Amino acid sequence: MATALAHDGRAALALPGLLLAALLVTIGLQSGAVSLWPAAEASLAPETIIVAPRAYAYRAPGDFLRDGRVVDGPLVAVAAPVSLEIMTYQVSAAEYARCVAEAACKKAEPRRRGSGDVPATGVSYDDAIDYARWLSDKTGEAWRLPTVAEWVFAAGSRAVDPALALEGSDNPAERGLAAYARESALGGAAAAPVARGTFGMNEFGVADLAGSVWEWTSTCSSRTTLGPDAETVSHVEACGVKELEGRHRTLMSDFVRDAQSGGCSTGAPPDNLGFRLVRVPSPLEAMLRWLGLR
Amino acid sequence: MIRNDDLELSRRTLLGAAAFAGVFGTLMAVVPAAAEDAGVTTGPVPDLADLPRVQVELVKPPFVHAHEQVATGGPKVVQFTMVIEEKQLVIDDYGTTVPAMTFNGSVPGPLMVVHQNDYVELTLINPDTNELQHNIDFHAATGALGGGGLTLINPGEQVKLRFKATRTGVFVYHCAPGGPMIPWHVVSGMNGAIMVLPRDGLKDGVGKPLAYDRVYYVGEQDFYIPKDADGNYKTYESAGEGYDDMLQVMRTLTPTHEVFNGAVGALTGENAMQANVGETVLIVHSQANRDTRPHLIGGHGDFVWATGKFANAPQVDLETWHIPGGCAGAAIYTFLQPGIYAYVNHNLIEAVELGATAHFMVGGEWNDDLMTQVMPPTPIDA
Repeated sequence: MATALAHDGRAALALPGLLLAALLVTIGLQSGAVSLWPAAEASLAPETIIVAPRAYAYRAPGDFLRDGRVVDGPLVAVAAPVSLEIMTYQVSAAEYARCVAEAACKKAEPRRRGSGDVPATGVSYDDAIDYARWLSDKTGEAWRLPTVAEWVFAAGSRAVDPALALEGSDNPAERGLAAYARESALGGAAAAPVARGTFGMNEFGVADLAGSVWEWTSTCSSRTTLGPDAETVSHVEACGVKELEGRHRTLMSDFVRDAQSGGCSTGAPPDNLGFRLVRVPSPLEAMLRWLGLR
Repeated sequence: MIRNDDLELSRRTLLGAAAFAGVFGTLMAVVPAAAEDAGVTTGPVPDLADLPRVQVELVKPPFVHAHEQVATGGPKVVQFTMVIEEKQLVIDDYGTTVPAMTFNGSVPGPLMVVHQNDYVELTLINPDTNELQHNIDFHAATGALGGGGLTLINPGEQVKLRFKATRTGVFVYHCAPGGPMIPWHVVSGMNGAIMVLPRDGLKDGVGKPLAYDRVYYVGEQDFYIPKDADGNYKTYESAGEGYDDMLQVMRTLTPTHEVFNGAVGALTGENAMQANVGETVLIVHSQANRDTRPHLIGGHGDFVWATGKFANAPQVDLETWHIPGGCAGAAIYTFLQPGIYAYVNHNLIEAVELGATAHFMVGGEWNDDLMTQVMPPTPIDA
């Protein structure tokens, strides 16, 4: 079930790796060999924040059924996550344009146009993956989208719990009406992308969370059926549809650049689709962080 | 054949073209009317001094001013005032604007409600802050191009028109100031509707009265917004400035926007229409220029006057109905299930891509007999 999405640090590092890394670190530090960190076109590497480990919880993503009724997903507690290095800001339009200029990314289709140092918007999940691949190639580092769990971990107090707390109702229309009312209250009409930093920092120094840009995650859409004791009876993923995080958590087909409402889709659509990436530390960096040295 | 050159009009010649329509309208007014229904008096205007007069305050759509469904007493003179406003309107959530022309500031203009054989007395005001000449053509009225020939006013003028509401139904009204001005004013937002109720109220076609708990007015509007070389929608300081460009888009007959109540999302989200299970809702829907095909997703049309005229028996149990351009229709539905309903133009490209979608939020108890999810989504091999 959703536990696969937790980035629990206890399982992340195997002991042989630790020992090897510790040895390398010692050598590296003594020799001052900074070249151990890949530095190809380092100027492209975006500003990041390392969110320190802390116990936290997130609402499991996806649809959950229990006794044949839609219910809120369980709250998943993560006791000991690893630290997470995540971009301070969303990928900017200028940064994304460099990838487009090198023909490694497709042209964005902004739903609304902002001006200045604005986030890249009008990008699909597929576009974000292309960008992450390009940035990884350019920098020699590993960049990828966050999972929902990681996004919530980094978002801290800015994360919005999607729970509706309507369990026990026999009325199948109630959840839809409640979700509609909540999403409608978000407003957002004519929310053009604004300069990065406009929405401020959260308590960890991560900027523009839950602003006018919804961010792609790598988490697939899923449906989980729970048994009488909340155990998982079935879990089906549909990876052509991905979770988006922002002012509300929502789902979007991975090729969509411009969310819009209408017809049978009755919720409030995200104003703009964008993304930020997490940087996967090398084993050495992971070791150093684990040792509290970086 | 109209050459493009002929249509590069200055603001002043726009006014002149409209003036021509005024003369034309006056001539038309003396042409004898065709045979009409019984009950239509001919000859001199009766003395209306003894009729009661009521003043109606119009309200912005989708809402409708308070009115009686069954008239008490005899015919009245019902007085309305509408101020024409030329103004910029945002028509989608990308921030696209249209230099709109409006009756009373909204697209569509407000729904007016009277009863058969009432006299509609409209004061139409064209403030001097406007640039263009305007008038009003009531499809409910008889003669003078629906009143268009008697109501043409310049900025800084006002006019008062009275017509007898002889026929029942919902009818479009729109600005029609002559020649190429007519479609341009209409697709710039200058249209609305009037509802003429039978004095004894609506009937189901076999004599049973129909009453409604709520009424909503949905005015559907096609917009034709020009784009620049980069594909971005252009903005214009005034309607006249955008005229030439907009005409080119209009001639493609392909709207860039097809919306309810003036903008994408004007009737969704916090502006969604409200109802409750067990309530009967009358939906008046007009499209002054272009065909539409309303459909209530998850519901039906219990009683539908697709072409809007109440002397005809309503059709029942419809899934989708067709309202021709230049017409208003009316549909009655009693909600039976709670939830979100989408009310759309069921050309779904127009609904989803161009904007013709409204929502109803309906509260109440679920009816398992009408619908039940027998098996929730379950893995196929389970």
